[in-house]
Amino acid sequence: MYVAVKGGEIAINNAHQLLADRRRGDREVPALTLDQITEQLALGVDRVMSEGSLYDRRLAALAIKQARGDLIEAIFLVRAYRTTLPRFGHSEPLETGKMLVQRRISACYKDLPGGQLLGPTFDYTHRLLDDELDGDLQVERGAQRAEVREHVGRVTDILDQEGLIEGDAEADRAAEPGDINQTPMSFPLDRTMRLQALARGDEGFLLALGYSTQRGYARSHPFAGEIRIGEVDIEVFMPELGFAVPIGRVQITECQMVNQFKGSAKAPPQFTRGYGLVFGQSERKAMAMSLCDRALRAEELGEDIVAPAQDQEFVISHSDNVQATGFVEHLKLPHYVDFQAELELVRRMRADYDDRAEAVSDEMREAAE
Amino acid sequence: MIDVEIVAARKARMAVLARSSAARLKELWPAVGLDPAYAMLRGPEFGLVMLRGRVGGTGQAFNLGEASVTRATVKLADGAVGHAMMLGRDAAKAKLSAVIDALCCNGEVAARIDVTLIEPLRAELDNADAISRRETAATRVDFFTVARGED
Repeated sequence: MYVAVKGGEIAINNAHQLLADRRRGDREVPALTLDQITEQLALGVDRVMSEGSLYDRRLAALAIKQARGDLIEAIFLVRAYRTTLPRFGHSEPLETGKMLVQRRISACYKDLPGGQLLGPTFDYTHRLLDDELDGDLQVERGAQRAEVREHVGRVTDILDQEGLIEGDAEADRAAEPGDINQTPMSFPLDRTMRLQALARGDEGFLLALGYSTQRGYARSHPFAGEIRIGEVDIEVFMPELGFAVPIGRVQITECQMVNQFKGSAKAPPQFTRGYGLVFGQSERKAMAMSLCDRALRAEELGEDIVAPAQDQEFVISHSDNVQATGFVEHLKLPHYVDFQAELELVRRMRADYDDRAEAVSDEMREAAE
Repeated sequence: MIDVEIVAARKARMAVLARSSAARLKELWPAVGLDPAYAMLRGPEFGLVMLRGRVGGTGQAFNLGEASVTRATVKLADGAVGHAMMLGRDAAKAKLSAVIDALCCNGEVAARIDVTLIEPLRAELDNADAISRRETAATRVDFFTVARGED
């Protein structure tokens, strides 16, 4: 029997009104502006853009405000908004080698073309809370120095000169990549689709999996070959014009992880690579992504699949925090009927169990007599 | 045949318009002294463009994630058609950029717009880039070796 139950409408409306009230908080405190969020909580905004899979700082800031700072809720809002817009096309592939570099470091080479550029980093800070930030402190502008006109070369190109690192497959450059938004996921996924999924994957999940590979679950001896953050130009081919139109710039973070590889029947000993590319400034995510990308190449490189990080169905199916939160949080929705059925079942099983226990004890008594 | 130089100039103009702030564009535009009648052929409308990267930086293309864009197409009274597509959601900026693109079909008008609008905007953008480069350069590590041992 199915019984429709209605009710709760007033409660829900009042709950939402209360949510709006709590979101605003103490009215004596000025309301946050989106500019304040994009300027001063910029890395939170970047995380929402990257996992929301939509590059739009202002929308991400709005989502953060609406979600009361709950970033996964904000990512959910952005994903939902994204589905309301038509897709006009795709960009030409980004040229990360031509980036306006804001940070570039390598853990492999000390001296390399373009140098080690630290940029605005938390590295080397002492992680001591700064009381002075509890106020509107006047902050000096960044120091400037005449730039060395030198191309910020890729670390992978340096290693490539010796032939000790795998190259990017040239033959595939023109191939059309799959799109996880437009095709149902079926495993195994090729690397392009895995990278798309990882790029919007949950930072915490990828971080934990990347960490697991370092701790011995799919050991891959990684070195941060290069991490670069900066702005790249975006161009979109417009058929009505017959050329690619520049539509502006986006900030991205790229990580080239270099990994030991002892060779296989097909390939000589050389370094292999894991790749990470993420919207905004997010090097933790880009590094975790590149560790996961490398681990997921196990089959391609003839490695044994022995750890969770190498299992693409496990990793990709659980990396999306909007899907994950949807399934976990649906548990709090009414399951009254399901639960009644389970309750009946457990009652019946318990009655059977008690009957059997009684029968056994009767037999025991008879045997003793 | 597409004239290579005309396309390059048009792309360069589009790049400046796309990257300029709507507020600066609106400030500088009246001084150009052009206010043509136009009809909207398309938009202005918001949509998405899938941004692509390359596997490993230089390999096969992959879909990285989408970006919001605005596009607009206008037609002037003389038949010239202008297009605009730019990151973000700003209908007024896309519309004005499409009008500017259409006006620039005329070489003389294009030269005037370049001098009075595009060049000043480009100078501002280039200056901001230069500052960013110098700030990054200031964080470049200068390694020095501390001599040790006997020789």
